[in-house]
Amino acid sequence: MELVCPAGTPAALRAAVDAGAHTVYCGFADETNARNFPGLNFSREELADGVAYAQTRGAKVLVAINTFPRAGEQMLWHDAVRDAADLGAHAVILADLGLIAHAAEAHPGLRLHLSVQAAAANPDAINFYAQTFGIRRVVLPRVLSVEEITAINREIDVETEVFVFGGLCVMAEGRCSLSSYATGLSPNMNGVCSPASHVTYSDIGGNHEARLGDFLIHRTPKGMPVPYPTLCKGCFTSPDDKGNSQTGHIFEDPVSLDATRLIPALQKAGVSALKIEGRQRSRAYVAQVVRAFRAAVEAAEQGAPMPEGLLARLTEGQAATTGAYAKTWR
Amino acid sequence: MDLTVGPIAFFWSADQVRDFYRTLAETPVKRVVIGEWVCSKRLPFWQHEIPAAVEVLQAAGKQVALSTLTLVTLKRERRQTAELFASGLPVEIADLTALRHLPEGAPFWVAPTVNVYNEGTLEWLATRGAQRICLPPELPLASVARLARAGQQAGVAVEVWGHGRAPLAISGRCYHARLHDRAKDSCQFVCEEDPDGRTVETLEGQAFLTVNGVQTLSHSHMTVAGQIDELREAGVAALRLSPQPGDFAAVIGLYARLLDSGLAPDQALADLRRIQPGAVFAQGFLEARAGAAPCP
Repeated sequence: MELVCPAGTPAALRAAVDAGAHTVYCGFADETNARNFPGLNFSREELADGVAYAQTRGAKVLVAINTFPRAGEQMLWHDAVRDAADLGAHAVILADLGLIAHAAEAHPGLRLHLSVQAAAANPDAINFYAQTFGIRRVVLPRVLSVEEITAINREIDVETEVFVFGGLCVMAEGRCSLSSYATGLSPNMNGVCSPASHVTYSDIGGNHEARLGDFLIHRTPKGMPVPYPTLCKGCFTSPDDKGNSQTGHIFEDPVSLDATRLIPALQKAGVSALKIEGRQRSRAYVAQVVRAFRAAVEAAEQGAPMPEGLLARLTEGQAATTGAYAKTWR
Repeated sequence: MDLTVGPIAFFWSADQVRDFYRTLAETPVKRVVIGEWVCSKRLPFWQHEIPAAVEVLQAAGKQVALSTLTLVTLKRERRQTAELFASGLPVEIADLTALRHLPEGAPFWVAPTVNVYNEGTLEWLATRGAQRICLPPELPLASVARLARAGQQAGVAVEVWGHGRAPLAISGRCYHARLHDRAKDSCQFVCEEDPDGRTVETLEGQAFLTVNGVQTLSHSHMTVAGQIDELREAGVAALRLSPQPGDFAAVIGLYARLLDSGLAPDQALADLRRIQPGAVFAQGFLEARAGAAPCP
């Protein structure tokens, strides 16, 4: 199986390639990609250098252009697709219907991947994109069980790519406006979820508090770590009509996805590529995770058991989950 | 500008559904979208009411379309989606999955849960037969204006989210079931207990979101009562009103007066607060601010 690894910077790209990534994905430093954070991503020159570095070492580069173009400003997204093609990207990862139609028409030779942001969650949706636009690979949303992925692969002719490690999106991606509701900035329009520009931390009484916009997302006693205030992983209260109320992580706990032990099952399910999330992570982190997963993928190909404890240092003190891959998660 | 009523988001009983559409037939809305929009598990409980509701609404002169689900994953859901196109009524697609089943040349409507953010997407859908598109609630007025113009050129009526709790997210996981320590597959239809969804507050007691099964809605009721002139000027064709429990006919009456009788925005908001006591009204999205930013 192909290992698809994140690169938020040229240094992370080199680290990922050196650590054994088959493929690296990255984005331009603007609103055209869904990790539009300050100090991250690639200029055109950096992408050209990155492609050259990867290619001489046998690795491929994918360019994510996976936000939804703003009305009146589509040229910014069209230019990104053209430049990615010109600079030698192996494929572009797209989410917007109109942008996909544009790319298929204007760049017929360009390999198109369907971003997880398109939330194509069943064979009909995937076949629609494949037959209408010639999409070659789909990144599956993180709302599917392994069983469902197996069934999907039986009914489609394109490759599937699934997330195996990193942040866990519990809502159908590309269809979530929670951040926009709380802050005015959104994943779809601005490429940001729970944007750092709207995060505030404060000490009140004996507690640390973390807010997103006007909303309290976490409150932890002093001395305990306060998690980053990602909206759907916040601590909330829900009262019912009978005067009872529940307090806790109503949507999801502050956990990461780790599907290492499911790699053989995903291979059996017909998955072509495993994706690691984390373009916002340091190159040291990227190198460590990539090395661990390359070992796991090779073990899976040889039918050997999954190596255990490879990522202990990165997950220590933090909970991990296999998310929607286990049917009980729902 | 006229009024469209969207599908019921909540799990209402068959009796409630029947009463709702009978009442709706008497109101000045132009068109109604009906069908299960959120969770296919609820459909068997009220499905048998749909033909009668369609009949009552059509007899009252309303245009009627059938809605698909917002997130289609199961085989049964794919089949249901395909079958909608055989009804002879327009289908409002809430998930692009439906395009796979669209008969060649058949006209369709597009729900606010489909990502139409730009002219390219709108024009592509128009070429395929889209007649009406309700834009995603999070779009700012500048985008709405450009899309309404593109819609006019492409022969597509553009709607905006006019009133009601906005759909903010959809998940594979059921949060209603999770609140009762159950999984989606063993939910025991617990969302039926909350016909207006279940409130999610911050730890400071600030009402924030509304859980409705696999869907997450805003707690605030979004309203464009204060922006009618801007939307009219932008060329918006219709306002989408989302069904709520309570006196929904009064909500419709208020928007009809806003459109036809020049009811002042301040008065409209005051009336809304009387019709829906306790509701919080917001409209940050159109102003390119946080969607939850409250109305003055």
